[in-house]
Amino acid sequence: MESIGDLIIAKYNYWAVITLLLIGLYAMIAKKNLVKKIIGMNIFQTAIILFYVSIGSKKGATIPIILHGPAGSSHAVHAADYINPLPHVLMLTAIVVSVATLGVALALAMKIYSQYGTLEEDEILEKIMESETG
Amino acid sequence: MEEQFPAIIVAVPLFAALLVTLVWWFDNRFCFPIAILAGTVSLAASAGLLLRVLSTGVVEYRMGGWPPPVGIVYRVDHLNGLFLVVISAVSLLNLAGSRTIAKKEFGEKLGAFYALYLLFITGLLGILITGDAFNLYVLLEIASLTGYALIGMGRRRAPLSSLNYVFMGTIGASLYLLGVGYLYLITGTLNMADIARILPAILPSNVVLLAFILCLSGLFVKMALFPLHAWLPNAYTYAPSTVSSLVAPLTTKVMIYVMFRVTLSIFTVDFAFNSIAVRLPLLWLAIVAIVMGSLLALAQKRLKKMLAFIIVAEVGYMVGGFWLGNRAGMNGAVLHIINDAAMTLCVFMAAGAIVYKTEDDRLSSLQGMFRKMPVSMTAMVVGGLSLIGVPPTCGFFSKWYLISGGIAAGQFAFVAALIFSSLVNTVLFFRFFEIGYFEPFPPEKTRHHGHTGYLAQSKEMAEAPLDVLVPLITAAVLVILLGLFSGEIVTRVIQFAIPAVIG
Repeated sequence: MESIGDLIIAKYNYWAVITLLLIGLYAMIAKKNLVKKIIGMNIFQTAIILFYVSIGSKKGATIPIILHGPAGSSHAVHAADYINPLPHVLMLTAIVVSVATLGVALALAMKIYSQYGTLEEDEILEKIMESETG
Repeated sequence: MEEQFPAIIVAVPLFAALLVTLVWWFDNRFCFPIAILAGTVSLAASAGLLLRVLSTGVVEYRMGGWPPPVGIVYRVDHLNGLFLVVISAVSLLNLAGSRTIAKKEFGEKLGAFYALYLLFITGLLGILITGDAFNLYVLLEIASLTGYALIGMGRRRAPLSSLNYVFMGTIGASLYLLGVGYLYLITGTLNMADIARILPAILPSNVVLLAFILCLSGLFVKMALFPLHAWLPNAYTYAPSTVSSLVAPLTTKVMIYVMFRVTLSIFTVDFAFNSIAVRLPLLWLAIVAIVMGSLLALAQKRLKKMLAFIIVAEVGYMVGGFWLGNRAGMNGAVLHIINDAAMTLCVFMAAGAIVYKTEDDRLSSLQGMFRKMPVSMTAMVVGGLSLIGVPPTCGFFSKWYLISGGIAAGQFAFVAALIFSSLVNTVLFFRFFEIGYFEPFPPEKTRHHGHTGYLAQSKEMAEAPLDVLVPLITAAVLVILLGLFSGEIVTRVIQFAIPAVIG
């Protein structure tokens, strides 16, 4: 029977991911400032990227570049010696997606700032209420 | 040539988007023809592909010649073959009607609008056609990011609504990605067919269950199923008219297709309907969505916002029909995706024409509209009758399938919710018709500041320009034609789209 401590240490990567996910989610929901929310969103996405990267790695394995012997001689390749490159390649795409999302979000935040003169959500909502009733 | 149809469907709008961006620098008059051309090519290729699927069965296209599961495959069966045609037709029809309105709404940014429009179509068609779980995520983000940008180009509260959509949409897509990650962890593959082949040997497994929950909750956010719908109404209301009539008929429907695909082709029918007890909870979620969507629609004072809440209720129809788990329910759900795309296109285009002319979409200010804009209002009536479910229009037939599915499954709460929602839609649209048709013109003196246009004062006819009206009439005719041919569509196509194990 393993203790909670062992469980955390043995699977520390998952715990790190879960912690980051929750931090990101908390910032997106609870923060009033739009830029803080955007940062939270980025943390949320980064957590998932870290999750993928960590499932690709193996103990004692090296980077997946196969070095052939002299004159390109053929020899057996043990998959266990190399980390799995596929999740890492997938995450290159996911990083691009997250950068693009960040760009769109910041552009929208700029537009909101020029419109209302503030990035605090409660102040923006106040101004919207004023303009709709007044 | 014919073998390349799957690639053409996605590649043509993608490259046309780049071309539009380049051409825009020289002359923005060329943007519209290029976009129309690309949309037409996509539609033609989709139609050709559907015909091929109908005659020879599933079509598989290997990107770059790499065989699955290593390479990415495009896989077209009856389900997505049908949706490819519908989605490309709806987007093309809306594009055709966008010229005048977009010129007014976007001005100098016209090129950006058409480029984003084409990229949005690329994303949606890609989601429909792909047979790879991760590729689907990437295309989902292409469609979402362009959607955020298009909505954010609107006026007033549009940027704020769009940013809220960015937050919700990103959570949804990220949850889906996490779910795919768990599936990859346990199966070691991303190809949908390959995952479905490996999964039965692994079950029962908590990892698969977690993956299922994550994928589905991500998609529920994206499709705006009731408690997760908060982003939708404002985003669709404040978006520019041409954008609302693009994203409103398409985004939620494509996300519901993804739910079908993920459940049926990745997790398999046996797992989703027999091994785990999610069917009834999800059905109840759909029932709540239908009732709440309808009630919230009743509370709205603005036309576009009312229509947006009707979409929230409609999402409940399709999700509920799917999770009834019988053939009639699924037939109804698939048919309703098509019909709902057509009728929301019709009502949002009509709303776009009205807003273009009056710059005001408050229900109270639509007095005398039938005399001012008879054609737009007639299209609105057709769309409205279809949303209520009056026989010659398509909305009746899918609702009929959904209700008979509900009765066959013994889910009378779902049947009651459908009827309740139809009644609420009746109230909504007849209130609208009453204001537009019977209420007298407002006395001149109540028309105060702001409404300087001759329209607000005059009782003359002031219809939208012809290039807006023709696609609008086509959409209205489509709503009726889809109704008349719904039997054909079900027996020829949809019947084969649903797995044989579902009785």
